[in-house]
Amino acid sequence: MPQELPGDPLVRELITAQLASQRLARNAVSRRRVLAGAGGLGLAALLAACGTKPKGAGAKLSPAQDLSASQKELNWANWTLYLDADDDGKYPSLAAFTKRSGIKVNYSEDVDGNDTYYGKVQGQLSRGLNTGRDIITLTDWMAGRLIRQGWVQELDHSKLPNVDKNMLQNLKDVDFDLGRKHSVTWQTGYGGICWNKAKYPKGLKSVSDLWAPELKGRVTALDEMRDTMGLIMLDQGVDIARTWGDQEFDTALDTLTQQIQDGQIRKVQGNSYKEDLISGDALAGIVWSGDITQLNAENGDQWEFVVPESGGTLWSDNLMVPMASQQKGNAEKLMNYYYEPEVAALVAQYVNYICPVKGAKEAMEKLDPELVNNPLIFPSEQDLSHAHVFRSLTPPEESDYTLKFQTAIGA
Amino acid sequence: MSVSLDKPRGPAPKKPRDLRSAEEIKVEKKKGRMGLYLILPGMAYMALFFAAPVVVLLSMSLFVKPEGAEIGEFVPGWNWAAYGDMLGHYWPVLVRSFVFALIATIAALIIAFPMAYLVAVRLRGKPLLKGVLLVLLVAPFFSSFILRTQAWKQILADEGFIAQTLKAVAILPQDASLTATPFAVICGLTYNFLPFMMLPIYASLERLDVRLLEAAGDLYASPVRTFAKVTLPQAMPGVFAGTLLTFIPAAGDYVNAAILGNNRDTSMIGQVIDSRFFKVIDYPGAAALSVILMICILILVLIYIRRFGTKDLF
Repeated sequence: MPQELPGDPLVRELITAQLASQRLARNAVSRRRVLAGAGGLGLAALLAACGTKPKGAGAKLSPAQDLSASQKELNWANWTLYLDADDDGKYPSLAAFTKRSGIKVNYSEDVDGNDTYYGKVQGQLSRGLNTGRDIITLTDWMAGRLIRQGWVQELDHSKLPNVDKNMLQNLKDVDFDLGRKHSVTWQTGYGGICWNKAKYPKGLKSVSDLWAPELKGRVTALDEMRDTMGLIMLDQGVDIARTWGDQEFDTALDTLTQQIQDGQIRKVQGNSYKEDLISGDALAGIVWSGDITQLNAENGDQWEFVVPESGGTLWSDNLMVPMASQQKGNAEKLMNYYYEPEVAALVAQYVNYICPVKGAKEAMEKLDPELVNNPLIFPSEQDLSHAHVFRSLTPPEESDYTLKFQTAIGA
Repeated sequence: MSVSLDKPRGPAPKKPRDLRSAEEIKVEKKKGRMGLYLILPGMAYMALFFAAPVVVLLSMSLFVKPEGAEIGEFVPGWNWAAYGDMLGHYWPVLVRSFVFALIATIAALIIAFPMAYLVAVRLRGKPLLKGVLLVLLVAPFFSSFILRTQAWKQILADEGFIAQTLKAVAILPQDASLTATPFAVICGLTYNFLPFMMLPIYASLERLDVRLLEAAGDLYASPVRTFAKVTLPQAMPGVFAGTLLTFIPAAGDYVNAAILGNNRDTSMIGQVIDSRFFKVIDYPGAAALSVILMICILILVLIYIRRFGTKDLF
């Protein structure tokens, strides 16, 4: 049944555009095209090159049979340092889940980046083959891509009462997965700015403050396009969650290119920016909130993180079940389990990102009262209203903007 | 051929054209087959892991993106234009990669040659010391490539000892950095490929007959001349192998540039291929660039071999 579109004309326009792009993608697939790629650099591409079609390519995928009732097992691929762990490298919350449900969980930290993970598994996912993972954890835009391509299963919300009850309101309405039909938020966080309090006491209020002459060559930025570009665009008054186009993107890109060419930005990089902050090579930059909380805990309270006045980016990582998984029921049990406030608080205490679960703050009072008032874990409504989700891009936009951004950062 | 094996030994059958005995023919055939068996695993390996991927790479580079395609969707085609596009866009990066690799190769040669000479020639009478030094030279390379490169980032950090000292004596301007510069990338390349330069030179010099050096001295050759006329020619196969083993991987390397470089004037072709493949999801473009890189290296190496190649090696 078609969902009723919201009243706001901007949102309505966005959703219509999104639906149109989905239809386009579906049509493209139904013309029996061959999906080639990373996995395609294997035999499939060789076959395709010889004029044959790999089995199943181009066909609409359907979910595998759910064997959860008989097989009490679950394989979960997640990012590193993203689940509560004890000193022995065991995961207390996961052990409690197994004890309660009888489901054995094989937890692996094999997502090392959205792009690299996609590159690794897309060959299998596009053919509906089993990658050996029943839950994969990917960031909004990549989750959106997988959902659009029809590679993940639809979830049964009647099995997810905790998710429906406790998920933060602004995470429920996301444009890449209307109604959260295919994904459940794992953790969320801000993209914002930070500085070294001792070496740059002046501090920062906005992204433009990073371009101060005193910081020349000592500024780091993220190689995640949506955070770096999103923050610059917000600084230039663009509402990144709504309609904007080439012009707004290009203006922001010019700023970034200029600052790189002038040597103001020392480096645009991924997680390795943390080392630059520790060594002092970078004194300020565009960063992720959770990292700064962790860095401060490990290295003494050296850095200050803020969401710029003009707004910060809000990103989330999302749990999804690939089409070939035969453990959807077990996966839903796990998702529902982690939306119990007490369990969510346990995870938040360790990972220090924004907790997506209502009620976890109250549960944290018993667990670790010091963290209750940390706005980077339990942000106020007002904080959250400052944070924006980068809107979903259509496939041509995504290709175009990514290429422009990569060219600007020298690759 | 099992029939011939079952035949009892006897006088050679009368075959006027072949003067070899049956026994000799049998041995020959066996030898030929044995050689074939030995070579098979290598051939299979090359076919599976080199020839097939190259074919896939070539065909992928010609794929085209259909109108309104989903991300990562390409169909077989003959898009030769990809090569022109890539070359037009990225020739400066390609040139930079080869320049960096060349400088790193020369630097590695200058560093590695005396070290190899010391261990291979000067310490001949001291096997223990020689062994210890060899292990010391190779030991750092037992640890991870990435970690060692990260360590360079710490060593050359703005607030590290080296940068601070250089600034104190005014060799380095106050607002300059050592990391995130071409200098750091070349340092990383030189360091990381040093053993590939050192070990072949060491292997060559180990066979050097020191009596030749004495003879040169007896014939009134100066040390410089002895080096140029006796030592260097003997070491050439090693130098030749070492330079190739350093230059080729250095030209395609992206780890050093990614960790030690910036986003302005240090990007190497490996980074671009990586970004095209994983970020932009332009598989044909990435494949075309890989093919271009392979061809360029092939041409450069062929020129080098023709100009300086030694018979010992080929």
